[in-house]
Amino acid sequence: MTEPLLSARNLVKRYGRVTAMDHADFDLYPGEILAVIGDNGAGKSSLIKAISGAVKPDEGEIRLDGKPVSFDSTLDARKMGIETVYQTLALSPALSISDNMFMGREIRKPGFLGKWLGMLDKQAMDDFARAKLTELGLMTIQNISQPVETLSGGQRQGVAVARAAAFGSRVIILDEPTAALGVKESRRVLDLIQDVRSRGIPIVLISHNMPHVFEVADRIHIHRLGKRLCVIDPKEHSMSDAVSYMTGARAPEGVAA
Amino acid sequence: MSDTPDPVVPRNASDTVAQFDHRHRSTLDRVQHFLHQYPTMVPVIVLVLSLIAFGLISPNFFSAFNLSLVLQQVAVVGTLAAAQSLVILTAGIDLSVGAVMVLISVVMGQLAINFGVPVPIAIFVGLACGAATGALNGFLVTRLKLPPFITTLGTWNVFLALNYYLSGRETIRSQTLDAEAPLLKFFGTRFEIGGAVLTYGVVLMLVVFAVLYYALYKTAWGRRVYAVGDDPESAALAGIQTKRVLLSVYVVAGLICGLAAWSSIGRVGSISPTSFFEANLESITAVVIGGISLFGGRGSILGPLIGALIVGVFNSGLRLAGVDVLWQLFATGWLIIFAVAVDQWIRKVSS
Repeated sequence: MTEPLLSARNLVKRYGRVTAMDHADFDLYPGEILAVIGDNGAGKSSLIKAISGAVKPDEGEIRLDGKPVSFDSTLDARKMGIETVYQTLALSPALSISDNMFMGREIRKPGFLGKWLGMLDKQAMDDFARAKLTELGLMTIQNISQPVETLSGGQRQGVAVARAAAFGSRVIILDEPTAALGVKESRRVLDLIQDVRSRGIPIVLISHNMPHVFEVADRIHIHRLGKRLCVIDPKEHSMSDAVSYMTGARAPEGVAA
Repeated sequence: MSDTPDPVVPRNASDTVAQFDHRHRSTLDRVQHFLHQYPTMVPVIVLVLSLIAFGLISPNFFSAFNLSLVLQQVAVVGTLAAAQSLVILTAGIDLSVGAVMVLISVVMGQLAINFGVPVPIAIFVGLACGAATGALNGFLVTRLKLPPFITTLGTWNVFLALNYYLSGRETIRSQTLDAEAPLLKFFGTRFEIGGAVLTYGVVLMLVVFAVLYYALYKTAWGRRVYAVGDDPESAALAGIQTKRVLLSVYVVAGLICGLAAWSSIGRVGSISPTSFFEANLESITAVVIGGISLFGGRGSILGPLIGALIVGVFNSGLRLAGVDVLWQLFATGWLIIFAVAVDQWIRKVSS
């Protein structure tokens, strides 16, 4: 089997007396969609925060391409090509779509204006943002400079995913991307996920929605009590299997932890 | 796992979710959307209407001389409002701007007159002190995580006390400045363009707004200031170092207060530790009337300039009409309430 692109071993994170991660492992292989499921409080978020740089684990090791990495902030992770779409989307509602897409990594004009006066190249940013949205089939958005708050929930999600897809060269992490969406909009986002995967970028999908997970995931990482319980193949297990594993109603059989 | 597996959703209901609502939009709705897109139009409309109204009431109002007088009168508070706008855009408020301005004017005056420091150096030190006061406010807000309102309420008193200490509660008279440090009164210098009499202080105010406009709309820093004011958590997750942005905002605001201090010496002619006592509230008034949201992240930087002009026009217009000064306060008060009400209404726009 190929080497995992992103892996973690023995991650531990304690908050006071609560152990959010208890020697958790994680593996993401190139080109796959890995779903991470688990009961509330199982430590999914801590795991995701650790691999996206939002939280620094107390113990354990994270490897990207086999090399140990350490993230002090989400910026570090982003610099290495790991992009996260947070549940809250992390968009600034009053700013435009292209402002949001380039937040924190704006393009400056070449030459004196950009270098010394810090002038932004709005044209280049707008063009890039429009191209990325078109690629992902989101061109129902008419005006790239309209504020994000005037978009529908699905369109906002689309902008956040497009932002991640535009810059996430290695890994894209999606935290509950369909939780706040209606059926039709969820559909669009799932298509979007497949689309991104087809470009060869692996995706980590955290979701509570079993039908969505079983529809798109190549493998399912089940998290329980702060660690990885097992990884299952959605083709060989049913949804109710997955639910009983993650709630502890049944122990997984014949699957590697 | 309470929400597994997907509950059965009635198909008809789900189909309508993503559809656009083709409900007839009333005129009011359109106005609301228009103002949401161009929030500065509110103060612009108010300014135009008040100009027309006062022009009809008193024929002298529309003279170039009178209008330029309004500009002169708002120059100091307008410059201060530029500093205030920056802080309010980050969902903060700076109650210390007025005290900083007076303190810095005293610093400049004392250095130049009583300590014999060359005037340009006194001015430079004053501006640096202005930036330092901003750095103090910014440090308290970002590092100690104190609410801006309380922080600046505290530093307002501290700066006021320092101002009385440094000045010995004594005014530096105009004649002394003319003799020993005329450069301090530079921004009071008048020049005439076709009947309009302007001061360099007016030019300074316009330049400050122009520079801020550029910085806020054309640079990454400006976009980040808006993002931090709009939703600090989102901005942080999107990779913005929100504390650094906030700190820079307070430092720039302090520096602008220093410029306003220099400008105020020219406007008043002397340096009095008890002048401009209400300047900080006047600056907030200009910002609010100018349509910048007190909740941060919304509004144009040009709004406060117009807001300051509106207050100036009201004062001048009512005075020319022979109305008692108390009605100027009365009118300004209602303008503030009107502006905030409009802001709340605009914010209710949904997609």
